[in-house]
Amino acid sequence: MAEYSAFSLLANALKGNKDWKPAWRKPDPKASYDVIIIGGGGHGLATAYYLAKEHGITNVAVVEKGWLGSGNVGRNTTAVRSNYLLPANTRFYEHSMKLWENLSHELNYNVMFSQRGCLNLAHTPAQFDDYARRGNAMRHLGVDAELMTKAEIKRLIPALDISDSARFPVVGGLMQRRAGTARHDAVAWGYARGADRRGVDIIENCEVTGFLRDGDRISGVTTSRGDIRARKVAVAVAGSTGRVMQLAGIETMPIESHVLQAFVTESLKPFIDTVVTFGMGHFYMSQSDKGGLIYGGDIDGYNSYAQRGNLPVVDEVMSEMLALFPGLARVRMLRSWGGVCDMSMDGSPIITTGPLPGMYLNCGWCYGGFKATPASGWCFAWTIAKDQPHDLNAPFTLDRFHRGLVIDDKGQGANPRLH
Amino acid sequence: MLITCPYCGPRDVIEFTYQGDGNRERPDPASQNFEAWNAYVYDRLNPAGDHNEIWQHSGGCRTHLRVVRNTLTHEISSVAFVRGDHQGRGDHGSAARRKAEDKS
Repeated sequence: MAEYSAFSLLANALKGNKDWKPAWRKPDPKASYDVIIIGGGGHGLATAYYLAKEHGITNVAVVEKGWLGSGNVGRNTTAVRSNYLLPANTRFYEHSMKLWENLSHELNYNVMFSQRGCLNLAHTPAQFDDYARRGNAMRHLGVDAELMTKAEIKRLIPALDISDSARFPVVGGLMQRRAGTARHDAVAWGYARGADRRGVDIIENCEVTGFLRDGDRISGVTTSRGDIRARKVAVAVAGSTGRVMQLAGIETMPIESHVLQAFVTESLKPFIDTVVTFGMGHFYMSQSDKGGLIYGGDIDGYNSYAQRGNLPVVDEVMSEMLALFPGLARVRMLRSWGGVCDMSMDGSPIITTGPLPGMYLNCGWCYGGFKATPASGWCFAWTIAKDQPHDLNAPFTLDRFHRGLVIDDKGQGANPRLH
Repeated sequence: MLITCPYCGPRDVIEFTYQGDGNRERPDPASQNFEAWNAYVYDRLNPAGDHNEIWQHSGGCRTHLRVVRNTLTHEISSVAFVRGDHQGRGDHGSAARRKAEDKS
């Protein structure tokens, strides 16, 4: 029977909520496992969950430097979408979307997935044409997309400055109705509980300090809580990829770590019931169920492992917000924070076996990793279990850069600052 | 964040354009060593700590600068012109300048 149900809620409420089990145990690390996953964020936890559920591999440890979900899974702006141009990305993110659509049911945990739509605004006829092209590419692969006129956008988002006197007048937009938002903490907790109940050990406050080797083969990790051996070691550490790979002796990667900031305002009454993105800069916004506007923009633009950003980007993001929504000029910002993103050289991720024997690598999520969480875990689990990629992640290799097979959705070249 | 340009003095970071990892070495333009070219274009050192990187003071004197900056604290420990350390290897600007100096 499901652990959480209307009945269990009522029964526990009557008993003073004293009988709830912790959502996951706090085990000490064992001496060895079949699989160690480094990184207890969304992707690592989802990988553990699908390893146990889809492949029956339950002798698994997830080792996390801090506390569960302390990294990017709790720092993103919660948007979920699958509106890509290139087939490899479209297929992968659409698989993710389909997993999202059933995730609360699958995990018996309410991740508050809300398909409120994601609207990309176009500000020039050329951009509108470009969106038509992307929308057609999406529909060609079975993903929903529709072009919206100015009048339709005005009805959808009354607060948007749609006038001809706007700094960058809106011409139209591309809408994906099935896109939306989810509660990011619940995603981490739901996957953690699902993995834990299937026997996975989630070991928090356990920092990996090095790798154990058996000849050429990676055979475990040294951690702040002792050595742990495993037949397979999987790395899913997002912004810390550079640091962890250096521990394994790999100095250079097609990745730069950059900081991305996010912001939330004080709570407002219902203001916007979709996710909207600005086409003349880099800005996106949605409203949480609590009422705060959640928004963000560009990365700071230079290598950073600091989980905080600098002021020029704050200034730019606010300007872009006011260009779209002049009515927000006097709304107060409550909080801002930063997360470290693993920016790849083509803007697309890496989910692969290797690069060392016994190692598996999941990285390069740029600032779009949250929406990928279910598919990333699903594909990474497949790759670890079968020692080969699934068709969905076969294009996302590490050696694609050296083989001329980059997946550059925006066509920006090897410049992470521009992805 | 302020970067102290050797020409212009301390200036706000928004005046500068980031050009990334300064440890990469551009192969000889005539080179057909694809591995070296691929490494130059795609592979980066990405340290948590002091990072040797290239910035251009694009909103000022437009010189290219070699900056050592800590990626954890943003503390900058040195700023120097790129020009000096590239003489004689693929730096067309300084090669042309030397040629002009030779003629004079």
